[in-house]
Amino acid sequence: MPTLRHVDRMRRITSGVMTTTTALCTLLAVGILLVILSYIAWQGIGSLSFRFLIDSPRPVGEGGGIGNAILGSVVLLGLSSAFGLPLGISVGIFLAEVGTGRLVGLVRFIVDTLTGIPSIVTGVFIYAVLVLPMKQFSAFAGGVALALIMIPIVARTTEEMLKLVPHSLREGALALGAPQWRVTLGVVLPAAASGIATGAMLAIARVSGETAPLLFTAFGSRFFSHYLDQPIASLTVQIYNYAISPYDEWHAQAWAATLVLMTLILGINIIVRFLTRKRF
Amino acid sequence: MSATTSNNLTVKGKHSDWRRVLSPTGNTGDAIFRVVMLAMGLFVVAVVIAMVVALASDSMLSVRRFGFAFLTGRQWNPIKGEFGALPFIYGTLVSSLIALLISVPLSLGIAVFLVEQAPHYIARPVGFLVELLAAIPSVVYGLWGIFVLAPFLRVHVEPPLAHWLGWLPLFQGSITGIGLLTGGIILAIMVTPIISAIVRDVLAAVSGSQREAALALGATKWEMIRVVLVNGAPGIAGAVILGLGRALGETMAVTMVIGNRPQISASLFEPSYTIASAIANEFTEATENLYLSALVELGLILFLVTFIVNGIARLLVWNVTRKTGGVGRAA
Repeated sequence: MPTLRHVDRMRRITSGVMTTTTALCTLLAVGILLVILSYIAWQGIGSLSFRFLIDSPRPVGEGGGIGNAILGSVVLLGLSSAFGLPLGISVGIFLAEVGTGRLVGLVRFIVDTLTGIPSIVTGVFIYAVLVLPMKQFSAFAGGVALALIMIPIVARTTEEMLKLVPHSLREGALALGAPQWRVTLGVVLPAAASGIATGAMLAIARVSGETAPLLFTAFGSRFFSHYLDQPIASLTVQIYNYAISPYDEWHAQAWAATLVLMTLILGINIIVRFLTRKRF
Repeated sequence: MSATTSNNLTVKGKHSDWRRVLSPTGNTGDAIFRVVMLAMGLFVVAVVIAMVVALASDSMLSVRRFGFAFLTGRQWNPIKGEFGALPFIYGTLVSSLIALLISVPLSLGIAVFLVEQAPHYIARPVGFLVELLAAIPSVVYGLWGIFVLAPFLRVHVEPPLAHWLGWLPLFQGSITGIGLLTGGIILAIMVTPIISAIVRDVLAAVSGSQREAALALGATKWEMIRVVLVNGAPGIAGAVILGLGRALGETMAVTMVIGNRPQISASLFEPSYTIASAIANEFTEATENLYLSALVELGLILFLVTFIVNGIARLLVWNVTRKTGGVGRAA
């Protein structure tokens, strides 16, 4: 028959085992991250050169680079930011400052669920409403697809940041006789600007890694292009195409392109973390 | 909410009605501002409605032709014009299930460690590192999956599984490293940061008095953690469902490692196919209207399923975290 002391010891052992297990879980996750990142660095650095960054793709055996893909990604990110940031911030303002009652709840719910819609479905939607009518894969369609993914992210961070602005600031401005639009745009929005900017950077980092919505909107291209009504290359689609190709040389280029992409994404994430370390 | 806006500031009385309807202040600038912002809010709702309409109308051809048989058909043969989505539905569900089986215990462990055990100066940087897993793009996971994870599983994991558990139909069949198991494991790595981040919020929202009460009654650390987990159960369920929603729709990484063969096999080593990867792979190849329509219908199914799954998850998570209040706001 187990004595009280025996039971007590078992409880302590269980507690020790379980708390160690949770630490091991965390260690596993961090370990996987480090393995992935260091493998990318190790594989990518070999094929990386200045020429690789500015050249366009060439047939197997002739080298070539990802210059057109970098340009394409910049064009696509510029387009999606031009559409997505103003729209997302406006939706955030609506959620935090303007809307009332059930409508806000509905819009917030829709925005949240929009975040969860698979990006491939966004791609199919843009294909149906833009690519088919224009009869052409285009940078424009790719940019709009990415913007649709950005909007809910930007909207929610804007809302959260606006809510952090103290009420006294609004009341002070209103008491001075300012109309609501001036209070919101001239006082509240600037007060939250840095938070909104970091949110915007995270949204850009997020869409810069998107591949699925570009497959049949921007499509991809092996040439330099900046025309918005033509198919355009992107880093992610190029990585995908090279990864599933049968050539070792292209695999090596995929790793190098991944290193470039990951430097951008991790760079943004670490900068944002650094900027917001006091707030969170 | 905008109750703080100047309800009481109505001074001028001679404005026409439309301004007053739109803005309590009757200020023209406010009326315009509010209409524009309202339009932006409604725009998002309109986008979602447009998505449903566009996907539904473009898949009508396939819906009319196959009806419910689309969901139960086992044959996907574009050349013969046969389109049954069951292999894709099976592949999507099983790969997501594997992902949850691995990532849920892992995420709970991480969240418990970061919220309940680790000191502040460890929890913050380590929490950031775990979150970074979510920043890695899907296509990068896919690349790593093809060249690192799949060979690793083929050599070090699948042979022992086949050896010891080979009597189960799950672990029979040819060992290639490309298949359901690899897809599920990649998905598990991808949803772990998402689930653990939300569980962290949920655990942090559980009131401290619960912990103090448990410890005061003589509970060990682990027994106290169990009390906290029970208290956060609905929110944890929400986090898991949110992770499920993400796993169901994940495209690139899965496409690159799951083998892309529309078949239903009990073996986890066999290649499979998911709804999302079928769309990604075949969309640009679909030249016939019926083929394209069938693929759009797959998109519609994925949209509706993830919409419902996410909706349920949001409601569960909201109910838990709302009690302690998000960021200070009385309304």
